[in-house]
Amino acid sequence: MTEQAIPLPRPDRLPGAALVIVGLIALFSVLSPSFRNADNLINVLTQSTVLLLIALPMTIVVMTEGLDLSVGAVLSLATVVLAVVTLSSGSIAAGVAAAIAIGITFGFANGAIVGYFRIPPFVATLSTLGVAQGGALLVSDGNIVPNLPRAIQLLYSGHVLGIPVPIIFGGIAYLSFHTLLYRTRIGVYIPALGGNREALRNAGHDDRHLLVVPYVLSGLMAGVAALLLAARTNSGHPSVAIGMEFDAVAAVALGGTEFEKGNGWLFGTALGVLSIGILRNGLNLLEIPSSMQVVCVGLLVILALYFDGRKRGEP
Amino acid sequence: MTSSEMSSIAPARTLSLPFESWQIVLRLAACVLIGAMLTTLTDSFFTWNNILNVLRQASLLFFMSFGLTFVLIAGKIDLSLGSCVGLCACVAGTCIHATGNPWLGAAVALAIGSFIGLLNGVMVAKMRIPSFIATYGMLWVLQGLTYYYMGGETVHGFPAGFRQLGSGHIAGVPIPVWIMLLFLAAGGLFARHTNYGQQIYALGANPVAARLSGVPVNRRLILVFVVSGAMAGLASLIFLARLNSAEGDIGETLILPAVAAVLIGGTSLFGGVGSITGTFIGALILTLALNGMNLLSVNANWQPLVTGAIILFAAWADFLTRQKD
Repeated sequence: MTEQAIPLPRPDRLPGAALVIVGLIALFSVLSPSFRNADNLINVLTQSTVLLLIALPMTIVVMTEGLDLSVGAVLSLATVVLAVVTLSSGSIAAGVAAAIAIGITFGFANGAIVGYFRIPPFVATLSTLGVAQGGALLVSDGNIVPNLPRAIQLLYSGHVLGIPVPIIFGGIAYLSFHTLLYRTRIGVYIPALGGNREALRNAGHDDRHLLVVPYVLSGLMAGVAALLLAARTNSGHPSVAIGMEFDAVAAVALGGTEFEKGNGWLFGTALGVLSIGILRNGLNLLEIPSSMQVVCVGLLVILALYFDGRKRGEP
Repeated sequence: MTSSEMSSIAPARTLSLPFESWQIVLRLAACVLIGAMLTTLTDSFFTWNNILNVLRQASLLFFMSFGLTFVLIAGKIDLSLGSCVGLCACVAGTCIHATGNPWLGAAVALAIGSFIGLLNGVMVAKMRIPSFIATYGMLWVLQGLTYYYMGGETVHGFPAGFRQLGSGHIAGVPIPVWIMLLFLAAGGLFARHTNYGQQIYALGANPVAARLSGVPVNRRLILVFVVSGAMAGLASLIFLARLNSAEGDIGETLILPAVAAVLIGGTSLFGGVGSITGTFIGALILTLALNGMNLLSVNANWQPLVTGAIILFAAWADFLTRQKD
């Protein structure tokens, strides 16, 4: 067997998401006239940004053979904290800082548990999911915290130079993650964490420190996404984003990132986010209930993973 | 399958037993400690009724954790367990409600559970999707289907004969507790004294070695997932009989406690180590803790937080134990 270097971060083919996007656009254009509307397409992009913000770090987490199931719960908790702190202190800056601090704290906790305690990521983040969910219920007493200041709402509904603010958020996030993954040293270590941890250790790096990074990014971006989501719903809601982590995982899987071996692709994830955005938007227009939308996303993921596994063959 | 075939795996049993029985004593001590604490702190804990109540709640947890224990011993995970219970409960519930025939409902629940287990098993064993992601996808598919099927409705009111399954007593002890004891004995025997059980330990400890020594790895993997799904079906029936109603969100909060019970019971997340007895005690410890919080009138919103913290603690203990080995 030849020695494999650090695996290439980009797969040698288009991800299934590209196919899915083309298929869905064709399907919905035929089925629903309002889907073709230009306003609706911009709407899809805007609505997808929250998902993009959490799917980008999820790609990096998955590349390290990890998973962050706590994102949705942390995001919900962050919207509640944002709302409570903003309303009680009267300062938006304090609320934003608190939301982002909560995200980073959970991310750091996840990373430390996975890196230092060597607890499998899906269990570590499942338990912090419980902690965040409980925390959100305790802080909000199980209620929605409504009536945020108008300035926060502009984060979602505002425009800069005619471009909706969320899309600007999404663009900046994408470029930052692209730079991090493809232009920095950390970006070299990340695929190695998933693909060849042994080699990383032999090269003298402490994989425990490095493993903290993806989870901190994930928590940070959950905090940022909470700003957009709170702005969109004009409230803090203890269960607003429960299950959103699944859409993120789905986007990553559709984007061709592998759950083993550290191969991943940010652009694929962006396509994955777009295909899920289109799917949900189209199904909404066809008045298919959100419960069936989840089923569709789930089936898409299993299909994507199936083709992934078939390509891999025998272990 | 001949019995001589597995002789190479037999030593695992003699090696792991003393260590495991020590662990079980430790956990029983924890049980007694929590019990003693609650007895001194509250008047209502150490009453016959409350203890039966704890056992009955523990039995619900145990049925889910039973299958999950084997899945974890095989080195996999089944995250779809909770939503599988939810779907089974809703379909069986509407079925019993419509026909008035509990046997039909029972058959439906067990069939759906086993079928979902089979799908999970095929995804993991044949399609080679990592179990945490395959069953995670399944979780959401099942939850979506459950919500869609129920459409926000609730079914309630089942025949009295069926409700006996949840609230009836035999010789003063609730029926679910008897069923739990039955499964405890059967599960222990299956794990330790059958080839199937030993093969599951073997493939969890070292899948490659297991395959090379002739364990039909794929079939055993599918088996553990089917057991997990079927037990979810059984758990759903007891839930139905106990709650006398079913709605779409019934399975949403179940996976966290189920994983917690298995981990507290000393089953390893890394495969190859674990026992049904441990899971039984794990279910008991978790139920005692939650029941205690209830008696001390702690806000129920603390429950997911506490369960999450318990999982972390148990998983960390597992890591430390394994490091010592």
